[in-house]
Amino acid sequence: MNGFADSLQLALGLILSGDADLWAIVGLSLRVSLTAVVIAALVGMPLGAVLAVTRFAGRKGVIVLINALMGLPPVVVGLAVYLMLSASGPLGVLQLLYTPTAMIIAQVVLVAPIITALSRQVVEDMHAEYADYLGSFGMRGVRTIPTLLWEGRFGLTTALLAGVGRAIAEVGAVMIVGGNINHVTRVMTTTIALETSKGDLGMALALGVILIGLAISVNALIAGMTQASARQSYA
Amino acid sequence: MRDLGREILVQSLRQVLPENGGPDSVLTVTGLRSNLSDDLVLDIPRLTLSGTGISMVLGTNGAGKSMLIRMLHGLTKPDAGRVIFTGGSQAMVFQNPVLLRRSVFANLKFALKDQRLSRGDRAEKLAYLLELAGLKGKERQSARSLSGGEEQCLALACALARRPRLLFLDEPTSSLDPTATHRIETILRQVALMGIKIVMVSHDLGQVERLADEVIFLNRGRICERLPVESFFSGPDSAEARAYLSGQLVL
Repeated sequence: MNGFADSLQLALGLILSGDADLWAIVGLSLRVSLTAVVIAALVGMPLGAVLAVTRFAGRKGVIVLINALMGLPPVVVGLAVYLMLSASGPLGVLQLLYTPTAMIIAQVVLVAPIITALSRQVVEDMHAEYADYLGSFGMRGVRTIPTLLWEGRFGLTTALLAGVGRAIAEVGAVMIVGGNINHVTRVMTTTIALETSKGDLGMALALGVILIGLAISVNALIAGMTQASARQSYA
Repeated sequence: MRDLGREILVQSLRQVLPENGGPDSVLTVTGLRSNLSDDLVLDIPRLTLSGTGISMVLGTNGAGKSMLIRMLHGLTKPDAGRVIFTGGSQAMVFQNPVLLRRSVFANLKFALKDQRLSRGDRAEKLAYLLELAGLKGKERQSARSLSGGEEQCLALACALARRPRLLFLDEPTSSLDPTATHRIETILRQVALMGIKIVMVSHDLGQVERLADEVIFLNRGRICERLPVESFFSGPDSAEARAYLSGQLVL
């Protein structure tokens, strides 16, 4: 095994030299996670908004369930999606197992509850503030959703970024449904797990540095958005 | 905030408000009842608001004034009774100005959204509304970065943008300085002269004397008096209204 200093030197060399394998893995990770977040947002934002502005029997139960789903263990999601997509599963005919699409599906399942729950909170706050104003225009219930989503745009961007953070750092689900196949389904997190077990710390560290860089960037964006939102709220 | 000359005010309002001569708006309330608290019921057996002028709703804190105009405007459903409005649209200005997290310009555009206007007409209306609100030159500024007075003037301009025949205001100047209060009162007086019915809640008796044509005095959820403003101040019929004017009435 290389020493830490050697590994770090190797890692920085891989990053700075534009190593094709490394950047292909980063590219696939971003493609899978960002696609999953976009799909989860298309589902989660309207769903969260509807939960925020409507009242129906069982609404509180649905909210508790969605909040609970935010903490879904990735390996359990991976297992569930695996069972659905495996040859003997209900969606086996689609032959999606061990493809990036299977990884996207698993990440959508993981991220959608986060975006739904956070969107509900954001839109509910907006609804409390604007219900009378929009009601004065004759806008009530689901008719207020487009306006409330726009007014909550900073908070919703934070929800999206939280989803990106969850997706990009997740390893268990994509490992199970993707299979960690080289050049096909190998993403940053699964590569780090594999290369570490092989003792090739250079590649693992390089990807770790990039992953941490992405995590810091996402969190910096969240902090910026939160500040911008606060400025808009209290200016 | 730019000063608002009478000529500009009249010209702006002519461009913004519905033309006189349209159908009279009539709001009729029958059998309205709603629990305000455990021991207080808003109880309005009959009330009609029509024609023009400014009706000021007075009463102690908790008398049910704000709840009454919320129900008249359709924001809160009463437990019983009916509120029927015919003859055009309504708008409401709230005590704390409610503005979207957008620019001044975008707030006004949102208020105009229900009107099918050509691009040119919309631009012209927006210019007049900015003039009314005294915010020319600040159209690109975030609405929520304005001063309290500017925010309320913008909220009033947004309400007027909707061409209401009936305009509700819930203590719109309660937290404003004299300059902003004067501007809003000047606009409201002219709006009323142009045929719009105004129903306004206020605690400021000086403002009531300056603006009101009639006073609707509410006590413990019931209308005790409805009188022309001069009669109300010279000698109201009810003991409650007399006690209110002398500062002795408490809920």
